[in-house]
Amino acid sequence: MSIFSHQLKNVAALQDKATQIRYETAKMAHGVGDARKAHPGPSLSTTDIIVALYYKHMNIDISRPAWQDRDRFILSKGHGCLSLYAVLADLGYFPKERLSTVRRTESILQGHPDMRKTPGIDMTAGSLGNGLGAGVGMALGTRLEKSGARTYVLLGDGELDEGVVWEAAPCAYKYGLDNLTAIVDYNGFQSCGTTEEILPFHNTASRWESVGWITRQIDGHNMQHILDALVWADQKEGKPKVIIAETVKGKGISFMENDNSWHQRALTDEQMQLAKKELRG
Amino acid sequence: MTKKENTRKAFGQALLELARQRDDIVAVSADTYKSMRIDLMRAEFPERCFEVGIAEQNLMMVAAGLASTGKTVFATSYSIFTSTRSLEQLRTFIAYPKLNVKVIAGLGGFTAGIEGVTHLSMVDLGLIRCIPNVVLVNPADVTATAKAVKAVAEIDGPAYIRIGRDDSPIIFDESYEFSLGKANLLEDNGVEATIIVSGFMVHQALEAVRMLKEQGIGVRLLEIHTLKPLDEKAIIDAAQKTGAILTVEEHNCIGGLAGAVAEVLVGNCPVPMGKVAVDDIFTESGRPDELRIKYGLTSENIVEKTKQIIEKKTN
Amino acid sequence: MGKENKIMELQRTAARLRLEMVKMLKESDTPGAHYGGSLSVMEILTALYFHTLKIDPANPTWSERDRCILSKGHACAALCTILAERGYFPRELLKTFNHLDSPFGVHPDMHKIPGCDVSAGSLGHGLPIGVGMAMGAKLQKRDFRIYVVLSDGEMAEGSCWEAIMAGSHYGLSNLCGLIDRNGLSLDGPTSQTMTLEPLSQKIRSFGWNVIECNGHDIRQLVDGLEQATCEDGRPTMIVADTIKGKGISFLENDHTWHYGKFDDDQYVQVCHELEKKLQEIGA
Repeated sequence: MSIFSHQLKNVAALQDKATQIRYETAKMAHGVGDARKAHPGPSLSTTDIIVALYYKHMNIDISRPAWQDRDRFILSKGHGCLSLYAVLADLGYFPKERLSTVRRTESILQGHPDMRKTPGIDMTAGSLGNGLGAGVGMALGTRLEKSGARTYVLLGDGELDEGVVWEAAPCAYKYGLDNLTAIVDYNGFQSCGTTEEILPFHNTASRWESVGWITRQIDGHNMQHILDALVWADQKEGKPKVIIAETVKGKGISFMENDNSWHQRALTDEQMQLAKKELRG
Repeated sequence: MTKKENTRKAFGQALLELARQRDDIVAVSADTYKSMRIDLMRAEFPERCFEVGIAEQNLMMVAAGLASTGKTVFATSYSIFTSTRSLEQLRTFIAYPKLNVKVIAGLGGFTAGIEGVTHLSMVDLGLIRCIPNVVLVNPADVTATAKAVKAVAEIDGPAYIRIGRDDSPIIFDESYEFSLGKANLLEDNGVEATIIVSGFMVHQALEAVRMLKEQGIGVRLLEIHTLKPLDEKAIIDAAQKTGAILTVEEHNCIGGLAGAVAEVLVGNCPVPMGKVAVDDIFTESGRPDELRIKYGLTSENIVEKTKQIIEKKTN
Repeated sequence: MGKENKIMELQRTAARLRLEMVKMLKESDTPGAHYGGSLSVMEILTALYFHTLKIDPANPTWSERDRCILSKGHACAALCTILAERGYFPRELLKTFNHLDSPFGVHPDMHKIPGCDVSAGSLGHGLPIGVGMAMGAKLQKRDFRIYVVLSDGEMAEGSCWEAIMAGSHYGLSNLCGLIDRNGLSLDGPTSQTMTLEPLSQKIRSFGWNVIECNGHDIRQLVDGLEQATCEDGRPTMIVADTIKGKGISFLENDHTWHYGKFDDDQYVQVCHELEKKLQEIGA
């Protein structure tokens, strides 16, 4: 099996795949029940980006999850991991049946990504703000090895509140890490409300630019935009790049979209039926 | 006059030797590369030394990221910051995934003395001891420091070594045996009690044992340089053979060596136990030697407390 | 006294207090001090304590006083010298600087030094505390202002940026930060340790009003501090360009004097240079 055999050929195929992954995400968010409720809203806003990365853009080898020259991905907004789990299962990193065990005791699928328990996860995540620093370390390490591997870090907009992000960002600029790409899932919400209410940003792009990054803003649900931006980000210009992707929390399931009550919540049986209808017809 | 040398320099030299032998060794610092003597490695291998600025949380995260690519990472700052400010990053992103990061924490205990409470690290051993997967070492002098650095480089997984600041007494020569997790019986003058000591206080403890001998009191001196994994067998053996234990450390009386030893004794061989440690208070600015005297970390106090615990045993 | 005269007087005070501080440190026989950063911050502290701050040395815990946080706490020697001059305690007490049992140490202790508002020293924490104080004042509709003096090196600390975000979000116009931008930290130039530039642009992009000035020019500092009081709706950061080790030729811009001690010969030269500077500005 070549390392490219999992890749999808065109935008339409990627969009279909994203719909499939959204369905799996909803299933997990339903299956966990109220006692183990997961984060469907934050997962769904990432789906298109993660599908673009894993099914088209990133250089990975599913048969060798620890391949030293693989591209790395860090889901810094670790709570939004359902779509990532669905992608990894679909690609074959672990059996699909495991998806129904998410958040259960002894599952390989923990509440937040665990690099030791889940095949295909490059960095443990969940404590917000920390993924970018880990990405800096990975980018430094792979460059030392003279590897062409790239590192992608997907952050939430809310987690940009964390000071440690602003420790890591200048560090990436200092080391000229053009093998590092950050992506901000800019859905305008965080746990307790909108980012505007909690700690607004004025202008996210200008903050990143002020610490030396090159920025690009895109529609985070337009597959072509995402792919073009990832290609643009890979071009080495001596500075790290950030893609600020405007997204919709809960994207793809109409009753979840822009409704922050879906930050962490389980679907009822009825809601799962509705979601199924929307996603599978 | 006891010869003195600098444990930070000992670390820097040991690191350089490792870096010359192994390509996978890298170092990260937080505006501390000079003070923690990474400058020695940096002079020969600048491409493998990374400086993140006054940003200790990022220090740990960058270390985690580097380790995940297969590097053996030495991350350095001062113990107050590595054990409190960036404790979460150490716990969640290094200890939990067992990444190969060795934290070298300078200015431990009273060695930060003149800087005052903001820099005095008196609870680091207790905090780090509670984090699973982290090998915790508290070497007594430059010889032990160099051996500890090389020993942790050989293991796969997280480690934390607490070292000092200024020149400190050289206690051991090259014949000193250092094995992670194994206590050293330094003196055996009798079975009246065992003094169990860790870290900088070994110097005072040796003096105390000598003073006790002169007074006709024969005790053993057991050095525990590795707080985790702890040499439980040696502790139980000491309790069984001597029936009275006194722990000595440059640390808060809660959570450090005293706590570790008590945890072993209570379930295995409960015997009278005393401790020489700093009371559960914030101390103050002062020279390290002044602070040790003021807060009871002296050989005289060790002698006094040993006698008390022997009396307790007898009664 | 007219404003110009007052400004000149403050300029002279800062120069005089440099010399006072150096003499105090010599007299106390401290094993060492953070000379570089204490010398660079002197005009900033002078402008604050002798012009701007609404304080009462006879009543250090006056509830309506302006608060001043020396986030770069290692410049405590400068702070102590200023506080003594301002009348918080007799200058003679500084003979015990850095002695065991002395209230005056290398980093400030709010429970020991009259006039000290925060026990700082662990870099990156002064601004978050200042934000909390400013929020408290706003909540209770109280008039006092909060000033935080930071080093440039500590701007690498993420906690500063958390505070900057919060300061902007809560519209803390009663908060003013001053960065002693001397370009050097413990290990060397900040440009090599961790690039800060473009510092002003970064802070602006997080929603603050930013004023740049020469940190050794009292007039510019005073103007900046006055402008800050006119802000309505956002906090102000004064980015003050300074020279580490200012006033002493062999210290200026030398990061190795972040911390040190003068030998006898050096001390003589230091006093000579500082006295000469005093004469030059007519003190």
